[in-house]
Amino acid sequence: MARNVSETRRWTVTFIAWGIALVIFFPILWTILTSFKSEADAIASPPKFLFFDWTTRNYSEVQARSPYFRHFSNSVVISIGSTLLGLLIAIPAAWSMAFQPAKRTKDLLMWMLSTKMMPAAGVLIPIYLLFRSWGLLDTRLGITVVLMLINLPIITWMLYTYFREIPGEILEAARMDGASLKNEILYVLTPMAVPGIASTLLLNVILAWNEAFWTLNLTTSQAAPLTTFIASYSSPEGLFYAKLSAASTMAIAPILILGWFSQKQLVRGLTFGAVK
Amino acid sequence: MATRHQTTLARLMVAPSVLLLLGWMIVPLGMTLWFSFQSYNLLSPGMERFIGFLNYEYFLSDPAFWTSMRNTLMLVGGVLVITVGGGIALALLLDQPMRGQGMVRILVIAPFFIMPTVSALVWKNMFMNPVNGLFAWMAKAVGAQPIDFLAEAPLMSIILIVSWQWLPFATLILLTALQSLDSEQMEAAEMDGAGAFSKFTYLVLPHLSRAITVVILIETIFLLSVFAEILVTTNGGPGYQSTNLTFLVYSQALLQFDVGGASAGGIVAVILANIVAIFLMRMIGKTLE
Repeated sequence: MARNVSETRRWTVTFIAWGIALVIFFPILWTILTSFKSEADAIASPPKFLFFDWTTRNYSEVQARSPYFRHFSNSVVISIGSTLLGLLIAIPAAWSMAFQPAKRTKDLLMWMLSTKMMPAAGVLIPIYLLFRSWGLLDTRLGITVVLMLINLPIITWMLYTYFREIPGEILEAARMDGASLKNEILYVLTPMAVPGIASTLLLNVILAWNEAFWTLNLTTSQAAPLTTFIASYSSPEGLFYAKLSAASTMAIAPILILGWFSQKQLVRGLTFGAVK
Repeated sequence: MATRHQTTLARLMVAPSVLLLLGWMIVPLGMTLWFSFQSYNLLSPGMERFIGFLNYEYFLSDPAFWTSMRNTLMLVGGVLVITVGGGIALALLLDQPMRGQGMVRILVIAPFFIMPTVSALVWKNMFMNPVNGLFAWMAKAVGAQPIDFLAEAPLMSIILIVSWQWLPFATLILLTALQSLDSEQMEAAEMDGAGAFSKFTYLVLPHLSRAITVVILIETIFLLSVFAEILVTTNGGPGYQSTNLTFLVYSQALLQFDVGGASAGGIVAVILANIVAIFLMRMIGKTLE
């Protein structure tokens, strides 16, 4: 950048940008702050911003009142499980679409994308009834499979855009050198594909962690992930701001940290490679 | 050249994902279609019978349907206008040289990673609550009457919450696109005496068109099925004031146990989504490749 920017202008922009960023971030900050207050301080008027008796009691009480860690581990198992399952199915598909595209490959990818457009309301009832008769309601297995299916198009697309960037010449060179298909995959493709696979994994864990249509409808208690658990705080009798905040903070912290690491991949993954 | 053996292998590798997605689409959709022609209530099992288009007649003549249809479109449209408009403005701002740009970006993107039930509950209780919420305190501080947002303007409040969740997404995508804009082109335009406005209209906006299209596409997919935010804030109410199509189908099926009627609603939702999808795919088809 050779353009000169005046110092005043730089500081004005800095000031405005930080102001807006803090406003946007404020609800999260407020939740984190409230999680360290007593219930009385949490609803104090005027609100107490920093000067209150900091306490970590809410965090232990959330666990005492409910099996918080069961829901937490459900979230972990469901989001990672559905993503791994999806990768298992999508990696071969994306690999073959990227390296041996057929005439219809582009159409096939578009069709996969279009399945994402089917509104969940259109299939909720049969899935609910089938799950009920198969005994899959409120089971980790059931919700994991559903989340795998709804994220499969995104996983396939993302992997496809990453795999397509692996130069085909390298494969040809490997073949010239007499590499078998197995060796080709093991020693040539895998090392080049790992970063793409890792990004896909990260983004889909985030999406599955936050998914809140199927988890709310198909789980109630045993298999309920954090989305469903937090929703139980919406009833008036469950209304304790400080505890709600503590439960919320624990629910969002891991994904917030993962998310900040995955900004770049997020853009690419969610735009199906159209914006990089 | 691919040999026949390799072609077969390639097909086999694609097959599982295609078959799974096909099954996931066709089986439930077929069942929904079938149920939609049945009189089928979960409270009276064994009484199912074919009733033709009666469910559709009931569903389409129900004022709740038209309200929720209007709400669905207002929700999608409102959030799109706010997030795309705000996203362009924010992206332009964040693209300027400043101190601590990385940190600002991190703060701005954060709401996107918050699970919908958390953000809806935090907004509902800690901000919009007419007694204990921060907004109520701010209103009282300037001597105004606190507003019960979710009772008096339920749909607007939900639009606000959902926009807060999606503004970061739009900003991030548009900022990424903006950063790939050729700075030499900008300099050339400046040398030719182009003002800020004409630079924006003739250079920046065309460059962003692809990213904007993508943002609209992705957001629409998710916004058509907004659910958790409604469930934990207003439960669709008061009345049907904040019920969208997804929520209406849910409440008819899982709260009123009317499988037939809800299925008819589900099919209507699918048709609506398809109409939107055709438009979007046309748009995308033009901008992508």
